Amino acid sequence: MSAPTPPSGARVEFRDLEVRYADAPAAAVSGVNLTVDAGTFAVLLGPSGCGKSTLLRTINRLVEPTSGTVLIDSVDVREREVTTLRRGIGYAIQAVGLFPHYTVARNIAVVPELLGWERSRLAARVDELLTLVSLDPARYRGRLPRELSGGEAQRVGVARALAAEPRVLLMDEPFAAVDAIVRASLQDEIARVHRELRTTIVFVTHDVDEALRLADSIVVMNAGRIVQEAPPAQLLSDPADAFVRSLVGVDAQTRRLALERPLIER
Amino acid sequence: MIYLVAHAARVSALLGQHVVLVAVSLAIALVIALPLGTTAARHPRAGTLILATAGILYTIPSLALLALLVAAIGLGPSTAIVALVVYAQMILIRAVVAGLRGVDPALVDAARGMGLSARQTLLRVEFPAALPVMLAGVRVAAVTLVALATVAAWIDAGGLGVLLFEGILTQNDDKIVAGALAAAALAIVADLALRGCERAVRR
Repeated sequence: MSAPTPPSGARVEFRDLEVRYADAPAAAVSGVNLTVDAGTFAVLLGPSGCGKSTLLRTINRLVEPTSGTVLIDSVDVREREVTTLRRGIGYAIQAVGLFPHYTVARNIAVVPELLGWERSRLAARVDELLTLVSLDPARYRGRLPRELSGGEAQRVGVARALAAEPRVLLMDEPFAAVDAIVRASLQDEIARVHRELRTTIVFVTHDVDEALRLADSIVVMNAGRIVQEAPPAQLLSDPADAFVRSLVGVDAQTRRLALERPLIER
Repeated sequence: MIYLVAHAARVSALLGQHVVLVAVSLAIALVIALPLGTTAARHPRAGTLILATAGILYTIPSLALLALLVAAIGLGPSTAIVALVVYAQMILIRAVVAGLRGVDPALVDAARGMGLSARQTLLRVEFPAALPVMLAGVRVAAVTLVALATVAAWIDAGGLGVLLFEGILTQNDDKIVAGALAAAALAIVADLALRGCERAVRR
């Protein structure tokens, strides 16, 4: 299997970020200062409505901040034309959103096609990506989305997000809709993909175990603010406040034990 | 039935006119309804206005609308086509709006998030996803127009209505039956053909 040329990830920074929706009384995100180093797997963790998805969506400008800036490798995202910016950022979401009338291959090729890649390069890239997400290209490239299981669809979603070799990959609760066994295998998959490609990943979840399993760095959010930013082990051993403690819960001890193996593997 | 068989050539000529009337009207109506429906689906306030206007036009009795149009633009097929286009708007705009509003928001989110422009998202994702619902609207509009187009004969626009009006004037029931049967058959064929299209795009 030929591994794709590893693009080094980009650094993502938030400076004094605030997002206020027109019809909401409180800010969805406020006072966020955060740096996600190049190549880091960062997980935004928090209960629903805490602002983690909103924060993620400011990176590809699906949400425009009320104030503050988002920088990718020190360049303000607002300085780039919005579709150009987005084509350089991978985007995978819980509902996947594969185009139902496109085959798997065409779905994966959407962004490279927009970028004007040549046909031969496109076809090779599709096969390479399907292999990367553990789907047999010969069996899957011609299928339609409705012929895929939930887990297979999300693998294609991940392949599509990685298609144009983005330096940043955004994932919004990508594995929340699949069952526990499939979720675990998808988590293994994305961890492996991250090890191989070293793309910067910003990953949103409300699932503590998922965050602990995948993250280099966990960013805990509550009510629009960052409560704590720490590597998984430190989050368990040294929760910043009562909220984080209740989030990681009474199982902290067990979870710490579970962490040890993946940590050694890294 | 005797008239239908004895004058098959005339009936088929009128049937041909009828098909042209309906097809031309439907095509023009679609060209108008697509942008109007898209606008209505995007902007709720404009949507209310557009749908209300189309709804009011739809309630005007067909004979009254034809009479008004004759006064404005005269007799003939083009006047009939204008009337048919107006009637189709209500059905088609609603179908476009329902189709677009029914598109899975995740599809649009994914498309925009990947860097498709608003226009690319509409053409490549939203229209194709809305197509089955929109085609159902086209089918209903086609069947409605086949029926409505019979009235067009009253303003010299031809079509199968000619047989109905002649039959009424000369008290020739056989002629009326011939016209009615041909129109009904056309409506059924149009319905079946468009149902076939719907099934094909749903697949």
